[in-house]
Amino acid sequence: MSTRVAPPGLACLAVNGLSHAYPGARGPVAALDGVSFSVRTGQFCAVIGPSGCGKTTLLHVLAGLIAPTRGTVTLPPRSPGRLVTAVVFQGISTFPWMTVRQNVAYGLRALGLPAAERRRRVEQQVARVGLADFLDAYPHQLSEGMRQRTGIARAFATDPDVLLMDEPFGSLDEQTRLRLQDELLGLWQGSGKTVVFVTHSLDEAARLADRVLVMSARPGRVTADIAVPFPRPRGYGEVRSDPAYGAFTARLWTELAGSGRPAAT
Amino acid sequence: MDGIGRKRAARGDVTGGQRRDRLLAVASPAGVLVAWEVLSRLGALDARFVPAPTTILHTMALMTRTGELPYHILVSVRRVVLGFLLGAGPAVGLGLLMGLSRPVRSALLPIVSAAYPIPKIAVYPLIIFYLGLGEASKVGIVAVSIFFLVLLSTMSGVLALDPAYFKIARAYGADARAVFATVAWPGALPQIFTGLKLGMGFALIVIVGAELLGSTSGIGYLIWRSYQIFAVDAMFVGLLVTAVLGWVAAAALDWLEHRVLPWRAS
Repeated sequence: MSTRVAPPGLACLAVNGLSHAYPGARGPVAALDGVSFSVRTGQFCAVIGPSGCGKTTLLHVLAGLIAPTRGTVTLPPRSPGRLVTAVVFQGISTFPWMTVRQNVAYGLRALGLPAAERRRRVEQQVARVGLADFLDAYPHQLSEGMRQRTGIARAFATDPDVLLMDEPFGSLDEQTRLRLQDELLGLWQGSGKTVVFVTHSLDEAARLADRVLVMSARPGRVTADIAVPFPRPRGYGEVRSDPAYGAFTARLWTELAGSGRPAAT
Repeated sequence: MDGIGRKRAARGDVTGGQRRDRLLAVASPAGVLVAWEVLSRLGALDARFVPAPTTILHTMALMTRTGELPYHILVSVRRVVLGFLLGAGPAVGLGLLMGLSRPVRSALLPIVSAAYPIPKIAVYPLIIFYLGLGEASKVGIVAVSIFFLVLLSTMSGVLALDPAYFKIARAYGADARAVFATVAWPGALPQIFTGLKLGMGFALIVIVGAELLGSTSGIGYLIWRSYQIFAVDAMFVGLLVTAVLGWVAAAALDWLEHRVLPWRAS
C-alpha cells in the first residue's frame, strides 16, 4: 500500500518494489513487477515503454487511483491548499458539462480554499494556457488542443507537489502537440514542480525530460534509467539539430527494443 | 485559436432539403384535413360517424364556452403533472444509485426488469383497490407508469458514461457525494431527458385510459361519456385535445432540455 510520508533527502517521490496484478480470467495478470525508482524535487522524468507495459498502471498507482498489490509509494506530506498529485489524462480530459472555468476549478473543491482564492487561481491558470477568452465556453466549443490546455490548467491550479501526465498529448496532431510541449515547458520551468510524464514518443521524452525511464513489455519493469543531455531551454529546432539528438533517440530505441544493454546511468 | 469560429458558422444554415422537409411536415397534415373536410361536405363520409373538421372545431368552441372542456383538461393535466413529478423524482434518484453501485444494481435490476414490461393500465384495478377511486389513484397510476422507464434510462445514462470522467473525479479528490453531484447526475441528464420524454407519452396514454375506466372527470371520461350519449363530434374533440396536450408537453420538455443542457453540441 502507498504511504504518504516525506521521502528522505532530495527525493520528492520514491517507488519501492512496486508490483501490480489485475484479476484475469485465468488468474492474475501482472502489469508491474518490482518497479523501483525515485525522482528528485523539481525533476522532469519521462517514462517510456511499449504499449501495455504498465506505464499507465504505474501512473494510476502514483495518483492513488489503484492500490498496488505489493510495494510502496512515498510522496511528500500533504500541505494546506495544495494537492500532493494532480493528473493530466490522455484523450478525455474535461467534463463536457462544465465550462472551462468550472473544469479548471474542479480540483480546488477538495482543498477548502476561500472562493476569492479559488477564483484567482482559476483565472491565473486559464490565462497562462491562453484560454482567458474562453473561461465560460463549454468543451464542445473548443478544439482538442484547447481541451487539453484546460486539463493542464486544472492540474496547475491545484499547485501539486507532483504533476502526473498520462500521454497528455497522445491524441493531438503533430503541430498542436509541439505547441503544447513548448507551453508545458514554459509552465514547468520555474515552477519547481516534479513531473512524471508517461509517453510512447521518444521525441517527446527527449525534448521534455531531464531523465527517461525505459520500461519493458508486460509485466513492466524499469530496464533503463537515462539522463537527457540536452541543455535548456529546449526549442524544437535546437534539440532537433543537436548533433547528439540522433544518437540519443537511437539509444532510447535500442533500450526499448530490448536488445538488452544494461542502463549506464 | 484552432478553428473555433467555424463550428458556429455552420449552424443556422437552412439548406434546400431542410426547407422542403419543413414544408412537407406542414403540408401533409393540412392536406389530410382539407381532404377530410371536402369528403364530408360531398357526403362521402357519413357525418354521423366521422364529423367534418369544421364541425369538430365548432363543438370544441361550444364546449370551451360552457367551461366543460377547460375543466376536464385541467383535471387531466393536474393528474399528469403531479404523477409525473411523483414518479420521476424517485426514479432519477434510484436510477443514479443503480448506475453508480454494482451491488445496488445487482439487487434491484431483476425486480425492475420484471416489473417494467407489465402494462401499467393492468395494475390500475389494484391501485384503485389500494388508493380508492379519488385523485390519488389517478396520480398513482401516472407515477407508476413512468417510474420504471425513467429509472432505466437514468441508470443506463450513468452506465454509458466514459470511465475517464470517474477517473478524473477521483484523481482530484472527489468523494462519493461529489462523484454523484458532479459526474453521475450531470452526465446522465441527457438520457434522463430521453426517459422523461418517452415517459410523458406513456403518462398521457395511461391517464386517458384510467379516466375511461373509472372516473367522473378528465379527458378520458369526456370521451367515454360522449360515446355513451353518441356524441361522436365530442369524442373527436377529446382525441384532438389529447394530441395537442402531447405535443405541448413534448415541446415544453424540449425547451427545458435546451435550457438545462447548454453544454451539448448543437
